[in-house]
Amino acid sequence: MTKIKTLRARRPRKTGRRHPLASVALIAVGLLFTGGAYVAFSTSTAVATTDASSQQTIAQGEKLFAANCATCHGLNAQGSSEGPSLIGVGAASVDFQVGTGRMPLQMQGPQAQKKPVQFTAEQTAALAAYVASLAPGPAIPSGEVLDAAGDAASGAELFRINCAMCHNVAGAGGALTEGKFAPAIENVSAQHIYEAMITGPQNMPVFNDMNISPEDKRDIITYLKYVENNPSPGGLALGSLGPVAEGLFIWIFGLGAIVALTVWITAKSN
Amino acid sequence: MTTLTTRDTADDQSVGAKKSGGFTASAANYIDERTSISGAVKELGRKIFPDHWSFLLGEVALYSFVIILLSGSFLTFFYQASMAEVVYEGSYAPLKGIPMSVAMSSTMDISFDIRGGLLMRQVHHWAALLFVAAIGLHMLRIYFTGAFRKPRELNWVIGFILFILAMAEGFTGYSLPDDLLSGNGLRIIDGLIKGIPVVGTWVSFLLFGGEFPGTDIVGRLYSLHILLLPAIIVALIAMHLLFIVVHKHTQYPAAGHTNENVVGYPVLPVYAAKAGGFFFIVFGVVMLIASLFTINPIWNYGPYDPSPVSAGTQPDWYIGFADGAMRLIPTGWEFVWLNHTYSLNILVVLVVVGLFIVTVMVYPFIEAWITGDKREHHVLDRPRNAPTRTAIGAAGVTFYASLWAAASSDIMATHFHLTMEGVIHTLQVTTLLGPFLAFFITKRVCLALQKKDREIVLHGYESGRIVRLPGGEFVEVHQPVDEYERWKLVSYSDFKPLMLRPNAQGKIGAAEKVRAGLSRWFFEDRITPVTQTELSRAHGDHPAEITEK
Repeated sequence: MTKIKTLRARRPRKTGRRHPLASVALIAVGLLFTGGAYVAFSTSTAVATTDASSQQTIAQGEKLFAANCATCHGLNAQGSSEGPSLIGVGAASVDFQVGTGRMPLQMQGPQAQKKPVQFTAEQTAALAAYVASLAPGPAIPSGEVLDAAGDAASGAELFRINCAMCHNVAGAGGALTEGKFAPAIENVSAQHIYEAMITGPQNMPVFNDMNISPEDKRDIITYLKYVENNPSPGGLALGSLGPVAEGLFIWIFGLGAIVALTVWITAKSN
Repeated sequence: MTTLTTRDTADDQSVGAKKSGGFTASAANYIDERTSISGAVKELGRKIFPDHWSFLLGEVALYSFVIILLSGSFLTFFYQASMAEVVYEGSYAPLKGIPMSVAMSSTMDISFDIRGGLLMRQVHHWAALLFVAAIGLHMLRIYFTGAFRKPRELNWVIGFILFILAMAEGFTGYSLPDDLLSGNGLRIIDGLIKGIPVVGTWVSFLLFGGEFPGTDIVGRLYSLHILLLPAIIVALIAMHLLFIVVHKHTQYPAAGHTNENVVGYPVLPVYAAKAGGFFFIVFGVVMLIASLFTINPIWNYGPYDPSPVSAGTQPDWYIGFADGAMRLIPTGWEFVWLNHTYSLNILVVLVVVGLFIVTVMVYPFIEAWITGDKREHHVLDRPRNAPTRTAIGAAGVTFYASLWAAASSDIMATHFHLTMEGVIHTLQVTTLLGPFLAFFITKRVCLALQKKDREIVLHGYESGRIVRLPGGEFVEVHQPVDEYERWKLVSYSDFKPLMLRPNAQGKIGAAEKVRAGLSRWFFEDRITPVTQTELSRAHGDHPAEITEK
């Protein structure tokens, strides 16, 4: 180290044929090309594998299904006493349940809980392709309906009328009977929100296209993304839980601070 | 410094005004010659207030009320109490183009388009929550120290009415934005009223000007909220404070504190400065909370529409106990008689909550009747020295807290991963049995603490030092308690159960029997304060002094 430094210090700058940063730039260019090529390659393969109609994908999905899902859903997805039939539930249902980590189920309970995702995107797509190949059902949504660029005001109104009684007006979630609950919808992808509406996972009802049109679903997603991306104008939202959180806050922190101050103000000076 | 004054004797020390004091003196003289105010200043300025943190809780309530008045006046400049329908065209995108009432639209404008409006709304609402919470804590302090005893029973009633009025103010204010949450709250009130047999429907139609929700209610609530209720509250606060001046402040038992004096600071200058400064501290805390934390985000709730109800719909905390009581009633409590449905699920709540409120309000009179105590009390009780009263208070707190907790049953279910039914059933049990359990535990704890106090007075603290006497006996040296501490430990009044005595006609009435029974229940288990005789006897066989020397 010291040797190199002294050598460089001795040699006059003008005799150098390359700029000192040239090697860094060279490495950067090299990385960019390799990375770019890799990304291009991998996306092209991803597109190839998610091609739902491909027989190869379906076969891969069938293998995954037999290994991970068949215990409860049956070898031919016909269902068993432990789990419902998956014939006709569609690719959207698989993408939601597996893509949010709800399936494979960790344990039987009031309802499947969200947890870290067990499969890669590719594997999830293969499973979805297999289940979709069994019978027609809701497909995985894509395109404009997921762009969250619809009418937030109309979406908010639809959300209040159709969704808020379980999910809370701000999407903070709410309780149902017997330990079931409607989960919070913050940080859920537009695709999963859409899929939940068309497939009705767990205790949620199905909102089909006759019920809420794709355009209306897009508006609802627009509203939810608006709430997610725009923090509350009033300050910290206290979980958007309403008066209970506010009451708890004023008793513990508000009145707590005030009582601490009363003790301070009446303390005897030293 | 600590000042001691004698009750009911005017302090003849003159207020120090210099003769040749320049402008201040001549201005004071000018005012005094025209108003004779020096008499009042002399009287009030030398008023003594004892210093204890719990004596400031009422002040917190008063200051919150002042903050509410200030921020509320700002809000009235912009709020319009009308239920006429308009289309919202303000700044908040997710409500643009949505039809709503003028009340909601003007509240949205206050929140988004008027400078400082949202801050003032949040100051108003947070201060309102603090107002009722401070009243609640103040009431608990008064109750558990026995400050409601003669001569302060009427002031307790005034204070309690203020508490009810504060809740009414809160509820009427909560309903003014005409948003979804408050509309749902009004719908519950409407249901409660309609559940009253015979008159319910008539009263509801009278209140709402026809079928719910109608177009009148917001305007009516506004009149109550900014005119009638505040006027009554201000008048009652004035009476409440006047009574404090008339009665003089209570004080905790301590050396030199008696029923005939007040030990503390005079109002001028120290106490006034402290109290005045404290107003700004409370204002600062409310401002800080309001600027950092959202309250009542009406933009999320949207305008009122009778069809949607949001998950997690609750009233503000002070109405929570009533909401919780409704949630705890088992399903199906109603019957049909003569072609009319009688909703016990509503009537039972109205009766139980109503009885609870009335009982708390008249408690001072009940206790006075049971104890037969007609003396004035200016020295407070330490809660342990009134075991039955403290136990009744603990039972009441448990009952209220169970109802209160029930109002958040859904939030508890989701956040602690419980079933809603489990939460409700548990709270049903704690509502019914919890008060009894709390009563017995509290009473035993109080008696145990009294025993401990007695032990300390008689024998001092255990020092852990074992000494062998010349005769060969081993004794532990006890550290005697100092005189100041002893004063606190022994100075409380001892009660015995009332004796049943025949009246002038030589008869014993039923009321007297009830009273004697209650008195026995109150005072049967008691630890008497240490007497002078006991004390000197205890010191006689005390080896501490001998061995120390």
